[in-house]
Amino acid sequence: MTTAEASKRGGIGKELMVYLCLLALAGLQFVIAYQNIDASQMFIRMLAVAIVEAGLAVMFFMHLWTEKRRFVLFVLIFTIFVLLTMQYGWTDSTRMVVGAPFSK
Amino acid sequence: MSQADSTLEGHSTGLTAGPAFSIPTKKVAMWLFIIADTMTFAACLLAYGFVRNGSADWPRPFHSITNVALMTFILLTSSLTMLIGLRAARAGDKAGAFRWTMITAAAGILFALLHVREWLGLIDKGMTLFKNPWGNGLFGASFFSITGLHLTHVTCGVIALIVVGVRYKSGRYNADDIEVLGLYWHFVDLVWMFVVPLVYLLNLAH
Repeated sequence: MTTAEASKRGGIGKELMVYLCLLALAGLQFVIAYQNIDASQMFIRMLAVAIVEAGLAVMFFMHLWTEKRRFVLFVLIFTIFVLLTMQYGWTDSTRMVVGAPFSK
Repeated sequence: MSQADSTLEGHSTGLTAGPAFSIPTKKVAMWLFIIADTMTFAACLLAYGFVRNGSADWPRPFHSITNVALMTFILLTSSLTMLIGLRAARAGDKAGAFRWTMITAAAGILFALLHVREWLGLIDKGMTLFKNPWGNGLFGASFFSITGLHLTHVTCGVIALIVVGVRYKSGRYNADDIEVLGLYWHFVDLVWMFVVPLVYLLNLAH
């Protein structure tokens, strides 16, 4: 089913549900911001919520879910691979505060 | 027919078998742009995280979430109005598609105005690109560059929404163009979902 076919079928109900979910998830991020937890825990929780939000937006607002399977795989595998390979330097970021990683 | 002609014909048959992934070329091009832009924002947010993680005196200047919550609500709602506009365009309702596209553009303008107001408030408190009264001077550089890059995307999106909306109404563009622009607008919304927690909420003053 193409995007055009998908958008002709049915009402706006599904998109409205996704919109409400996104609003709720965005609200959850604000709630997490006021929790009494340390910054790393807060970061992990907020990032997890943001990834779920992004997944919903990409699949249902950007209609990736209704595209050809080969295209979906191309977009997801390529993007996730590059994003993951960007993460190699995190341990080095603590060097200025706690010294070179694994130096002790 | 010469051998060269038949060879060319054979090649052209292969090359023009259809657009990549059997998806309209404009849409594939927009997706490739979105993937590339994802890398740009990811690199910016990663660099920001790197610096923040490596700084002992990272500032937490945000005392209120009202403004950023309102901006988030407006941007999310504008994604919904964009979808309604696309649905109207697919149904052949030109007036409806134009109206919802313009409502989306108006939401984008409102978002940009709120953003600029927030920037001016921070500048008033003494924050510049290289210094601020609260701590590490790199905070201003990372904050203004990330939110500025996003604001630039919103501004370009608003201009594109107006241009495409007007051209769609006059019959020069069709529903596919609205859809391709919608992809961009949703992407701008998606990026904001990461900017808000990382740049604003993690820097709330408790």
